[in-house]
Amino acid sequence: MPATSKCPECDADVAVGADAVKGEIVSCPDCGAELEVTATGPVALALAPEAEEDWGE
Amino acid sequence: MSDPVRVPPGELTVGVLLSRVRVEEKLLLEELERRHIATKVIDDRELVLVLEKKPEFGVDVVLERCIQHSRALYALSVLETWGIKTVNTFEVADVCGNKLLTTMRLIRDGVPSPRTRLAFTPESALAAVEELGYPAVLKPLVGSWGRLLSKVNDRDAAESILEHKDVLGTYIHSIYYVQEYIPKPGRDIRAFVVGDETVGAIYRYSDHWITNTARGGKATKCVVTPELNDLCVRAAKAVGGGVVAIDVLEAPEGLLVNEVNYTMEFRNSIDTTGVNIPGVVVDYALKIAAK
Repeated sequence: MPATSKCPECDADVAVGADAVKGEIVSCPDCGAELEVTATGPVALALAPEAEEDWGE
Repeated sequence: MSDPVRVPPGELTVGVLLSRVRVEEKLLLEELERRHIATKVIDDRELVLVLEKKPEFGVDVVLERCIQHSRALYALSVLETWGIKTVNTFEVADVCGNKLLTTMRLIRDGVPSPRTRLAFTPESALAAVEELGYPAVLKPLVGSWGRLLSKVNDRDAAESILEHKDVLGTYIHSIYYVQEYIPKPGRDIRAFVVGDETVGAIYRYSDHWITNTARGGKATKCVVTPELNDLCVRAAKAVGGGVVAIDVLEAPEGLLVNEVNYTMEFRNSIDTTGVNIPGVVVDYALKIAAK
């Protein structure tokens, strides 16, 4: 069963898959914000950090 | 390709150093779970490394998957100094995280790469651009996903970009890495090397001169020819070997190695190549752990 949590940006309900893990990034279907799963039981979401200069491969 | 490494449950523990769980990290964690390999996720945001003591993670190898180069680099330095096995090594992260160091390794080992100039002032960088001819490419030493790459088409653009880098950038942007522009056939090659083998490759097509899939480039399968395999394995060994992704340009005179990436992204390449890339990476990490 997917869990839902509120988008911290626009307050929409964001469904998070049952296999989600802490640290995973999901997108808000309403506002498109990148959200980080900060907890899974229960699911909590926070705005994901913006990319920084040394991010990458 | 070699058979998957089979490890009896409980024999080896793999640490995965990360902060964000992107598709790649999730696939790696799923692969470890599927094989019942004990796994410990090490979140770099919660990490305090006591430098005088050996970090006790209780793992046999650390698979580094940080999204931030700086964190990867310094964590690997500490782990490696204390004798903890890592994939990749500090050396590989150090060299691959810096385009100048990568280029010098490629040159040292005779791996063909685009002609490149290094300069330290806007004036000398302009002279380097003029000597290479237009268009030329200016790249930051550190950076990924095609960010802050400049294709410089004429002197006006060169002067402007160099002034911006000089005035607006941090000190690292005043180390000018100037490269010849390679006219590509609308695509480049991304090849995945694990250990001694190029396990797969894709073409990255784009109408834009920057072909990174992170920037919208489309992936199709590229057959790994003996020539491509040899070039990519040589490039991988030049930077220290391990698990790396090689960017290859098809220049009129032949294949050129453009860049080497050490925390490779492969989400667009599993279906495209038909290769279980996370499986191959896990195999390699287990081999290092068992050494």
